Amino acid sequence: MSRYFTEDHEWVDVDGEIGTVGISDYAQGQLGDIVFVDVPEEGKSLTKGDEAAVVESVKAASDVYSPVSGTVIEGNPALADEPALVNSDAEGDGWFFKIGISDASELDELMDEGAYEAFVAKL
Amino acid sequence: MTINQSGWRPTAPASGAAAAPTFTGNKALMLEEPLIFEIGDAHTTGVDFAEGDVAGSRLGDLTRKTPIGLPGLSEPETVRHYTRLSRQNYAIDLGLFPLGSCTMKHNPRLNEKMARLPGFADVHPLQPTDTVQGALEVIHQLAHWLVTLTGMASVAMSPKAGAHGELCGILAIKAALAKRGDTDRKVILVPESAHGTNPATAAFAGFSVEDIPATAEGRVDTAALTARLGPDVAGVMITNPNTCGLFERDLKAISDAVHAAGGYVYCDGANFNAIVGRVRPGDLGIDAMHINLHKTFSTPHGGGGPGSGPVVFSDALTPFAPLPFVEKQGDHFALVEEETAGDHHASSFGRMVAFHGQMGMFTRALTYMLSHGADGLRQVAEDAVLNANYILRSLNDTLDAPFGGSGPCMHEALFSDDGLADGFSTIDIAKGLIDEGYHPMTMYFPLVVHGAMLVEPTETESKAALDQFIGALRSVAERAKAGDASLKTAPHFAPRSRLDETLAARKPVLVWKEPGLAVT
Repeated sequence: MSRYFTEDHEWVDVDGEIGTVGISDYAQGQLGDIVFVDVPEEGKSLTKGDEAAVVESVKAASDVYSPVSGTVIEGNPALADEPALVNSDAEGDGWFFKIGISDASELDELMDEGAYEAFVAKL
Repeated sequence: MTINQSGWRPTAPASGAAAAPTFTGNKALMLEEPLIFEIGDAHTTGVDFAEGDVAGSRLGDLTRKTPIGLPGLSEPETVRHYTRLSRQNYAIDLGLFPLGSCTMKHNPRLNEKMARLPGFADVHPLQPTDTVQGALEVIHQLAHWLVTLTGMASVAMSPKAGAHGELCGILAIKAALAKRGDTDRKVILVPESAHGTNPATAAFAGFSVEDIPATAEGRVDTAALTARLGPDVAGVMITNPNTCGLFERDLKAISDAVHAAGGYVYCDGANFNAIVGRVRPGDLGIDAMHINLHKTFSTPHGGGGPGSGPVVFSDALTPFAPLPFVEKQGDHFALVEEETAGDHHASSFGRMVAFHGQMGMFTRALTYMLSHGADGLRQVAEDAVLNANYILRSLNDTLDAPFGGSGPCMHEALFSDDGLADGFSTIDIAKGLIDEGYHPMTMYFPLVVHGAMLVEPTETESKAALDQFIGALRSVAERAKAGDASLKTAPHFAPRSRLDETLAARKPVLVWKEPGLAVT
């Protein structure tokens, strides 16, 4: 399984044709205490770069963009009751949604972990 | 010299021991106040009604079986309840209110005197127009001066506030596009430096919204904006002066480019206070702009009164403006409504509200205009800008001003949280300001600046008041830079200290329940 990052601070874990998407630990730190997460519904068709989810912190509401194109398999049901999961485990239990990836070549445009760390270090 | 014959002298108490908690929970004359449902009882009433002379109830089985649960208070208990609550509030009548972008300026008492004249205060919107000629003349005169001050062709007086005015302007643009059959224009461009309500308005009106980035100096990236123009763009919504506190110097060029590409220009006029009497937005080529009477023209807001957001229109959009409006016909002021609009206003997109707008605000705004005159209004803008620049430059050495090098600011000074100690943020400075006796400035907005602090002093503050505020903000900022841990738990002197905003947002308790009942 490999993990990719976008410049908008989403990550996607790829396992075969299934991608698990969330926001990076750096992003949750910037947002502050997260109070609400709106995840996409099963079956929703997304194009890379589409607004897929909304995350709201005490400071601001932000859109989460889909790092790849495909069809949503499920949203993370745990976030409805416990949005704080994104703060405590952004790159694990705080995942947003799983997506059936329709075009694996889109992953080539994303960053690996090392490249993302270097990208964040420059911000 | 007056002799104090009583011999009593005020003395300072001996310092030392901390005070024990009071029996009442009150802190001196700052009173704790329960919810209205927690005081009084159901058998108390402020009014005695005579027994009804109707025998029995006609409700039959529909009679309520359980108590309705209304609070029961006498008149003095009711008065005290709301007066105590009002003392826990902060208001422009108490002190400087530096809420950036909100223009919390003094509400002159002359405005109130005029608005309370019975001929204005006691009218009803359904009265025959023959009986309200004076009120209609006020609307007509105010409309005339709004059109004159903005250099535009017409004005819709009815929108009730800023965002409502935005919607009015965007609906006029939509109607104009529909009229010429240009329905493929689905995109509204909104710069990052625009007000947050702008994209919401465009989306609400059925357009899709695309962001236009800001330049490093805090203005619209004109090249990026013009590059995006095309046959799918309905228009742009641009805030001038913008939320970075800067004048959009390229607005005329932007308007020309948008018009050449077939679009319209909406200008958010919430910050008109900085340029009133100095710049006519119509000269910059805009097509529609709302004016917040509750900002620029000093009518009360923020809990003190309703907003009012008239929208001025260019020649191109005037035919699509909403009804009703006041028209002078000979010596008579008439209300032009659907039944009387006839052919000469057949393209109106409809109406924004049931009646004519916020009459009480119209009276106040016209009073403000006429009591200031043209030179006075110009000085309003100049003093507002001068005061903001005084704050910006006075705090240059303490706080980071991200656009401090972009020339003078307009009526608001923008700082970032750059340079604060690790773990300290804008929120801590805001809480510290509460201890200093100030309502905090606008925080974390605009989004283009990290930890933004947007300070708008307005023109009505004296130099002494500004100096005291600058001193307070400098003191709190220096504590945040030094990592003073006590600031993380501020405010310490407010009726409530630091509240858990995260818990309040995650598990809000929105409905009062009697103690003992589970709160869900």
